[in-house]
Amino acid sequence: MTSSGSVHHEEIDLSPGSGDAAGTRRGRAGDVVLEVRDLSVSFPSGDGPVRAVRGVDYVLRRGEVLGIVGESGSGKSVTSMAIMGLLPTTATVTGQVLFDGRDLLSLSENALNGIRGARVAMIFQDPMTSLNPVYTIGAQIAEAVRAHHDVSKEKALERAVELLETVRIPNARERISSFPHELSGGMRQRVVIAIAMANDPDVIIADEPTTALDVTVQAQIMEALQVAQDATGAAMVLITHDLGVIAGQADRVMVMYAGKLVESGTAEDVFYTPRMPYTLGLLGSLPRMDRPTERLTPIPGSPPSVVNMPPGCPFEPRCPKATDLCRETEPELRETTGPEHLAACHHAESLVGVVADEVFDARVADADTLAKLASEGEK
Amino acid sequence: MTVETRTEGLGPVRTDTLLSVRNVVKHFPIRSGGLVRRTVGEVHAVCGVSFDLAEGETLGLVGESGCGKSTTARVVLNLLPATSGDVTFQGTDLMSLPRKAMRSLRRQMQIVFQDPYASLDPRLPVSELIAEPLRIHGLYDDGGRQQVRDLMKTVGLKPEHGNRYAHEFSGGQRQRIGIARALALRPKLLVLDEPVSALDVSIQAGVLNLLDELQTELGLSYLFVSHDLSVVRHIADRIAVMYLGKIVETGTAEQLFTGPAHPYTQALISAIPLPDPRKERARERITVVGDLPSPANPPSGCRFRTRCPKFAHELDTAQQSRCVDDEPTLTSRDQGHPVACHYAARRELL
Repeated sequence: MTSSGSVHHEEIDLSPGSGDAAGTRRGRAGDVVLEVRDLSVSFPSGDGPVRAVRGVDYVLRRGEVLGIVGESGSGKSVTSMAIMGLLPTTATVTGQVLFDGRDLLSLSENALNGIRGARVAMIFQDPMTSLNPVYTIGAQIAEAVRAHHDVSKEKALERAVELLETVRIPNARERISSFPHELSGGMRQRVVIAIAMANDPDVIIADEPTTALDVTVQAQIMEALQVAQDATGAAMVLITHDLGVIAGQADRVMVMYAGKLVESGTAEDVFYTPRMPYTLGLLGSLPRMDRPTERLTPIPGSPPSVVNMPPGCPFEPRCPKATDLCRETEPELRETTGPEHLAACHHAESLVGVVADEVFDARVADADTLAKLASEGEK
Repeated sequence: MTVETRTEGLGPVRTDTLLSVRNVVKHFPIRSGGLVRRTVGEVHAVCGVSFDLAEGETLGLVGESGCGKSTTARVVLNLLPATSGDVTFQGTDLMSLPRKAMRSLRRQMQIVFQDPYASLDPRLPVSELIAEPLRIHGLYDDGGRQQVRDLMKTVGLKPEHGNRYAHEFSGGQRQRIGIARALALRPKLLVLDEPVSALDVSIQAGVLNLLDELQTELGLSYLFVSHDLSVVRHIADRIAVMYLGKIVETGTAEQLFTGPAHPYTQALISAIPLPDPRKERARERITVVGDLPSPANPPSGCRFRTRCPKFAHELDTAQQSRCVDDEPTLTSRDQGHPVACHYAARRELL
């Protein structure tokens, strides 16, 4: 799709920060680099198919950070695994993932291997399981380099040192002979980021890259990710449940619920003028560090099972705004405040100027039995 | 109602103090491999922690993994014996209490664990899980059945689900079961060890609100252990920040968030992203360098100095040597609240 696809493999600049080549060989910022069309994933189960992802569409533009948020089981990770072709063979994947004019879903394993790790790289949550415990980190980074470039071992190791320096690992030259268990969690995640950068990718998919880490280390890793993105000029898909990380990093945000996109827009659209009650509820459930919060507004109930889903909006059972229409027809994503701000809610307009505690009930405990408990306690 | 007098470093002493912790130390032995398993070192998990907890109050104990916050919570409940120090609950010294007396005192102090998947017996139906503490203390025969139903209803579970097993409930519901179980004996103190960390935000909010409502109605005291500063600001009246086994700063939630004076507290607050794009992108960042030193061999002087941004960027060599040689104590230092830093200075970060 880009004019440059064929040039890509001829000249390989192994120096770090070769992102300056991005302007010529990769086209301009704002071009679509990855397009996902009607992606659906289901897994077989004893109770019927588990529809983990249901018709997800999105585009990723060069140089941008696209944040995907959602709670456990919303399908945010499965979406990315499907894009990378990493799901087990039992999974049924339909739709299209267009990268560089080709549909990744229809490529052979061999052809996919030329793209995966080279032009589309992935960073997983747990660096302990994504690194091999029996090889040094230098060997693992060099392996990633040599998988896609015909260079000597020595040259690949040199590149490994440079990459480790880029993600700010101190004493990189000595560190390349360390094993993963000799590094802290934060250092390990930097190594994983270095591997993702190794081949100067066009797209980096980061799946909960900071979730397993302490907050001060989280901040360091987010910095390293930004360095990686700047150095490679890659577009990034940032998958996380942490709305704070999204608020700080993402240019555009997509909210997933029960396998579907339920809201998307710029970070400002989604955080300041949510048009889907689920997003509003999520924001209302967050305790804030920057101001005292009197009451949080939890979303009642829990997410639906994605096996044998009833018709209608998947959020309907938990939604105080739900009507008969919501029970009968599942809403499609549609324009709300602008052409880029989409929400899947029949009643999106009714959320204009509304705050979470006007919609959701903050009270949790049963008042009568609690009062009874209190009076017995006094006796 | 309450009279406040200040003692250096210990926070307000109130007349309605429920729990008082003084200079608690907990060391774990590091043993060599092989048959003899000699002790070859010690992990200094908790090193002289002191605080008070008043009736109806919530104290938040925050810090990153390995700072000793959970160990402190377990020592407070006498689930782990302290190496030294005193824990006084309602005037009773727990450290010297005979086992039997401790057991009956445990009615007053209960704990809710982080992982609602691991802390509930998978072979017991929910009604039995909640009834168990009543049975242990011989209180079940006196209307226990009804009490269990009431407890379930109170925490927002359906009493008719009493014969289901823990695995049939979602994470949030399981944590409510844990809370109902802890409430069964009408305790005065609940130790909450990362009670919402395993839960999704929309579910977490429900559990936090429940804890709020229970405290208001039942006058419970909470010792709330968490790594999540946003949650702690929401729920705690006072907060103690721990680093490598010591409290480095303590004050009211308001004081700590509007004017943190210890570089570590500042770094923690600054590291947590705000769910507000404009504010988050305009923030000043204070980042710590490197990783947590080993608690088996903590740095001399100030334990935070190896990662301290102030030490690295603002202090000259003479000032730095004070951090290296001289351990800062937790005292007020004109900051309005106790802080353990020679160069403490309040900063506005939010």
